[in-house]
Amino acid sequence: MPGRRVVITGMEVLAPGGVGTKNFWSLLSEGRTATRGITFFDPAPFRSRVAAEIDFDPYAHGLSPHEVRRMDRAAQLAVVAARGALADSGLETAALEPHRTGVTVGSAVGATMGLDEEYRVVSDGGRLDLVDHAYAVPHLYNHLVPSSFAAEVAWAVGAEGPSTVVSTGCTSGIDALGYALELVREGSVDVMVAGASDAPISPITMACFDAIKATTPRHDDPEHASRPFDGTRNGFVLGEGSAFFVLEEWESARRRGAHVYAELAGYATRSNAYHMTGLRPDGAEMAEAIRLALDEARLAPEAIDYVNAHGSGTKQNDRHETAAFKKSLGAHAYATPVSSIKSMVGHSLGAIGSIEIAASALAMEHHTVPPTANLTTPDPECDLDYVPLHAREQRTDAVLSVGSGFGGFQSAMVLARPERSPA
Amino acid sequence: MSAPAVITGIGVAAPNGLGLRDYWAATLGGKSGIARLTHFDPSGYPAQLAGEVPGFVAEDHLPSRLIPQTDRMTRMALAAADWALADAGITPAELPSFDMGVVTASSSGGFEFGQGELRKLWSQGSQFVSAYQSFAWFYAVNSGQISIRNGMKGPSGVVVSDQAGGLDALAQARRQIRRGTPLIVTGAVDASLCPWGWVAQLSGGRMSTSAEAARAYLPFDREARGYVPGEGGAILIMEDAEAARARGARVHGRILGYGATFDPRPGSGRPPALLRAARTALADAGVDAADIDVVFADAAGEPAADRAEAEALTALFGIRGVPVTAPKTMTGRLYSGAAPLDVTAALLALRDQVIPPTVHVEPCPEYGLDLVLAQPRPAKLRTALVLARGHGGFNSALVVCGPE
Repeated sequence: MPGRRVVITGMEVLAPGGVGTKNFWSLLSEGRTATRGITFFDPAPFRSRVAAEIDFDPYAHGLSPHEVRRMDRAAQLAVVAARGALADSGLETAALEPHRTGVTVGSAVGATMGLDEEYRVVSDGGRLDLVDHAYAVPHLYNHLVPSSFAAEVAWAVGAEGPSTVVSTGCTSGIDALGYALELVREGSVDVMVAGASDAPISPITMACFDAIKATTPRHDDPEHASRPFDGTRNGFVLGEGSAFFVLEEWESARRRGAHVYAELAGYATRSNAYHMTGLRPDGAEMAEAIRLALDEARLAPEAIDYVNAHGSGTKQNDRHETAAFKKSLGAHAYATPVSSIKSMVGHSLGAIGSIEIAASALAMEHHTVPPTANLTTPDPECDLDYVPLHAREQRTDAVLSVGSGFGGFQSAMVLARPERSPA
Repeated sequence: MSAPAVITGIGVAAPNGLGLRDYWAATLGGKSGIARLTHFDPSGYPAQLAGEVPGFVAEDHLPSRLIPQTDRMTRMALAAADWALADAGITPAELPSFDMGVVTASSSGGFEFGQGELRKLWSQGSQFVSAYQSFAWFYAVNSGQISIRNGMKGPSGVVVSDQAGGLDALAQARRQIRRGTPLIVTGAVDASLCPWGWVAQLSGGRMSTSAEAARAYLPFDREARGYVPGEGGAILIMEDAEAARARGARVHGRILGYGATFDPRPGSGRPPALLRAARTALADAGVDAADIDVVFADAAGEPAADRAEAEALTALFGIRGVPVTAPKTMTGRLYSGAAPLDVTAALLALRDQVIPPTVHVEPCPEYGLDLVLAQPRPAKLRTALVLARGHGGFNSALVVCGPE
């Protein structure tokens, strides 16, 4: 079905600093940060002891004891966000045509928390090589294969169309929406409940990022630890969260009078084929993804009002990304505001791509660009307008959101108003 | 639909044969790779049989620097990708890097690697965890490593839908070809035959605890008692048909149609959705049920799931209306690797005009299936349907045909 255009008609965000889209936007628009010393476990043995944790009570969000027991925290976040997105869209579960509704869940590391906890038990604290099945919980299989997340969301919203998890490391949250977008465009479904979720704040994740010094050791000042594009940045702050969306074909959304946040107008992903964790400084592959996404949206670089950056706060990422923006947007890279919300909500691996697309849609909704918090020391290698410290009110009709991840994945999504005149 | 997708290369790592030739010879010969586990001592566990890939020595196939940073499933996937590219006659360095992508499926990632690092974490301390843990275990690792090894910068991806994901990856590869990328490396290789993976798989409660290799995994049999897991899978080279023709490539077969559905929530009383996935795939392929010459079944090996699949097949084809086979009775269930291996078997069946057998099974007559048993069955074959289901309710179906 050529020409089918896909819009966001519902969303829900569960991010550090406050559950719910409204709280999320308050945090961003006020430039507050939600990073803090780790409370989930004793962080003393770790190099990095800072994280962006959510104060989340699954029971308060209507999950039953059985659901809580069988789901990893990331699955719980996904189900709550998916239900919230559906409610926000004005579509009732009963009104959905199950066969024409699908689910895509992005997640980089699946049930990491559950696996870490359960391994500790079945191995008796790492003592047993032949781990003891008698101590395994019956739902451990759901942690082994994280497609269980897609199953839980499909059950929660009553979807019986194509459902899957998309797992491309830290671009999962963009790629999941790219995947869902294509299913609506090709006509396999009419509605997708799509988003991403990760809850990686566990000892094994902290340890593996410690080992490559990817996370910041700035634990003496956790509120200011995430410093994308700042000259003193020294690693990212691990986060957690989930954002979900209801995606619909634009015509049918219009017919039912739905509120349209934005069109997912262009998407592309490319790989650097270089290194599992390293980036070439020239940003050529991210630039290619951006160019392709703009082409698909039929927008010139000059039409982009705001760039929602990956901006993880590692030395190499922020340099790589700055180069990619210059390469793809040309002179407009210097003219358009660029910011990283990871400065406020941390880096929730695969989830953050969806959370950042939510921030991009909200920037359009409120005509306000969220800031890069903690950006106080300029870095000569990062010389764009990163919207330091304070949000900026401005006309915002088209946004570019990008991600970069382990495995070499580079992804770009362009959001625009569907009624725009094509370039 | 424009830009039909063809398969031009296949690389196999299967429990009953390493490499395409060995796998197919074993499969036609009814040789099973299911045996007592050797990767670790299974004596203390209720299930002790698995399909292990024989004779895979990673150092023979990969540079030594890749060994410490990869799980077994990634090593097998990298080798299988090399074999698939060679089979397709492709030298990646000679092609534009953005014209090649990698879309794989995964189920459990590099679980054995993760087990080793979790053990270090909890027994020695966090500072002993490997720098490679940040990527060696995660679900995206095979796509990432294959793209790096072969310089592939085009669109890549990873899907996780348990066993159905093996077909979902092929469908996503076909989408990328339709969107303009001429070549996608696709398929899947999975492995989690380590104690930690074993315990996690056991927790599902669907594994066979039989100690007898020939009686443990008996799909569609009255004695069905669960499945035997395995490791391995297949990596396929998918190309735009026109691009493959232009370079004079030998074509194994074509991807004609695909469908995916999800089962209703348990207890909803609504019908299961495998039949709808198959019908969607047939419609996408533009063929009727009568055009399907053979079905490669999902073959869960649990009575309720076998019955559901048999009901879907008889609804679509009638009682004993089409030959059905499950060569995975010789490999065990390979999670996301299973369906790409079944697609491989289907393409070779179409080539050789012979249906590989389902071994050890005495079919339950109530199911009404024409199962191809014990011996390969010569047949006139033009089109095959491959089915795959994943735990929780994932259903996928793919229709393939020969090169013409």
